[in-house]
Amino acid sequence: MPLLTDDQKMLKETAAGFLADEGGPAKQLRHWRDTGCTDGYGTELWKKFAELGLTGICIPEDQGGLGLGSVEAALVLEEIGRNLTPSPFLTTAVAGARAIEGTAHAERLYPGILVGDCVLALAVDESRGHSPEKTGLSAERRGNGFVLNGAKQFVVHGNSADVILTVARTSGSPGDRDGLTLFAVPKGAAEVDSVTLADSSKAARIKFDNVELDADAVVSEVDNGWTPLARALNAGRAGAAAELVGVAAGASTMTVEYLKQRKQFGKLIGEFQALQHRAAHLHGEIEIARAAALKAAELIDSGDDRAELAVAVAKAKAADVASLAVREGVQMHGGIGMTDEHDIGLYLKREAVLGELFGDVYYHRNKVAELSGY
Amino acid sequence: MADLDIFRSETRAWLEANCPAEMREPMRSEADACWGGRNPTFQSDAQRHWMELMAERGWTVPHWPKDYGGGGLSTAETKVLKEEMARIGARSPLTSFGISMLGPALLKFGTEEQKKHFLPEIARGEIRWCQGYSEPGAGSDLAGLATKAEDKGDHWLINGQKVWTSYADKADWIFCLVRTSTESKHQGISFVLFDMTTPGVSTKPIKLISGYSPFCETFFDDVKVPKDQVVGEVNRGWDVAKYLLGHEREMIAGMGLGGMGGLGAGSLGAALKPDNALLRADIAAFDVDALAFAAMSERFFEMFKAGEAHPASPSMMKYAGTELNKRRHELVMAAGGSDALEWDSERSKNGKNARDWLRTKGNSIEGGTSEIQLNIVAKHILGLPGA
Repeated sequence: MPLLTDDQKMLKETAAGFLADEGGPAKQLRHWRDTGCTDGYGTELWKKFAELGLTGICIPEDQGGLGLGSVEAALVLEEIGRNLTPSPFLTTAVAGARAIEGTAHAERLYPGILVGDCVLALAVDESRGHSPEKTGLSAERRGNGFVLNGAKQFVVHGNSADVILTVARTSGSPGDRDGLTLFAVPKGAAEVDSVTLADSSKAARIKFDNVELDADAVVSEVDNGWTPLARALNAGRAGAAAELVGVAAGASTMTVEYLKQRKQFGKLIGEFQALQHRAAHLHGEIEIARAAALKAAELIDSGDDRAELAVAVAKAKAADVASLAVREGVQMHGGIGMTDEHDIGLYLKREAVLGELFGDVYYHRNKVAELSGY
Repeated sequence: MADLDIFRSETRAWLEANCPAEMREPMRSEADACWGGRNPTFQSDAQRHWMELMAERGWTVPHWPKDYGGGGLSTAETKVLKEEMARIGARSPLTSFGISMLGPALLKFGTEEQKKHFLPEIARGEIRWCQGYSEPGAGSDLAGLATKAEDKGDHWLINGQKVWTSYADKADWIFCLVRTSTESKHQGISFVLFDMTTPGVSTKPIKLISGYSPFCETFFDDVKVPKDQVVGEVNRGWDVAKYLLGHEREMIAGMGLGGMGGLGAGSLGAALKPDNALLRADIAAFDVDALAFAAMSERFFEMFKAGEAHPASPSMMKYAGTELNKRRHELVMAAGGSDALEWDSERSKNGKNARDWLRTKGNSIEGGTSEIQLNIVAKHILGLPGA
């Protein structure tokens, strides 16, 4: 992994400053949670993402975006993770934008994404586990279009999204990568049941009951949905890994600060070796997870054929390390860590959701094994 | 950039033409390495030829200045050379503690005379060095060392004992920490160099649980050392020692890679082909950690060269790399079942699996224990109190 360029460092600083000022739990997560916001995030903040150009981070320059890549998206997502900022950045500006890249839908949807008016969601999972190859939601040809039947769940931001990118099966059987088709389903076309998740973010369960779509709802080509889906999933998983690194780093920083303030037995608890060694171990693990996340992003950007493996490594490692970071964080904070008033518990909840998104630790470990031939 | 491309194509052509086929086979163990020395043992003519060819170009130490026997390459060129060597699987032409540990310390703390004298010998593989650090009473508390060096006017008189001296019985010279003052624990230590054939020096191999003896006890009985063989200032040897330890830890951390250079270079699961689902799951978890560590090693190398790495970060890498290597060998043993327990059969290559596994238990002890590394990270990186 080459080191960050000056431009990348500048982007990281901009994102860090912006999100520390505007994106922290008091102004965003707690505020929207406690006021019962139905979107689960602030549209004003999302507009600010747009003003900074961040909604177009992965959109090509000739289509009005910043024309940057997964490395840059990772830098922003780490800051989003650190600040627990609720936003549709990952689903819209990263996974969604990548899914429609180079298709007719890019022409249609990028302008709205760039100004912060269009939010995308990705509907993949059909059961409690992630398994895109096993997609069974059916899309049958009828007239000039398609009729969709089936159900999706864990569609993050699916409750408020303007377009839900939905994976459906047009041929073959569950388990085949061939025969999948990606559809851009407009808001209101299917029955959306809004769900609040453990971290106060919003998702949807979606029912497709004879939902009729025009042929131009197809993203890319019929039966070749795996191509745009793989782009979206690679970008989404690498992005989730980067966000998890931010969650881990945020929780760890908060915990180390606490160790330097809290006194018991007349000593700062950070003087106890039982805690020092755990904090030091965690520090190293976070550095390693960050390196894995950046490596995955770098290989996506360079079009390397090892990217899929690197992404699986990154998602598994980042989820593992973030899981350790938030659990150690809650434990080392003692009783105060169990209260809703303290932010450390918010990290625990965020990690649980991000860890599951686009495949959990076990999914990605298995993928590493399969890609390595065992 | 264009210059670097030219350097790459020239390097590739030179390596292709000059690296013997035999030196493109992976090393099976430390015993396959070329260690050099006054009385070197070469496994083959090819090994000797490869070392000499590389030494001639200064490429045994490509980034050292040409004046000291190095190749005078820039960081970028050094990286290209490494990549090109890795591309054809070329073995390192020379392995030595002179290159990995003493050299960097001399470059930073040595006098011009010392550099001119010692570094070219190291680069050409003429002198094999060993490291005299630990003592029976000074392990994790290294600065508690007691080997005494008395100022006798025109020389130092050294008495005491070192332990865990790697290959002391095969080394020509030693770099050694000695106590020159008892007034201060850390600021009473000096870093001295001397010939292992000096009267009064003796060594005794230590047999390990693996059955092998890579380490020795080393005894000093009225050993006379010339005054100019101190590196850095007298009583300030701890600074040199710490700097050198950083390099040692970096080197040890490399074992976390287990000989695999990163993504695509193979995985433990691919090698072991586990048929038990639960073992497969453990191995997959290991492979994730190993591949993530490989990404970290790459990043760490870049950060270190660019001066962006925290000075205590080798401790973090040493800890992670050695713990990972221990896990690797536990899994190799688990997958090997009863085959892996054979100790002296030809079938088991003289018990390679079991002996290698046992050897790794020392990884998290040598060069500073895992617990000491965590102390260093807690204090110097996290800034925790009283650490």
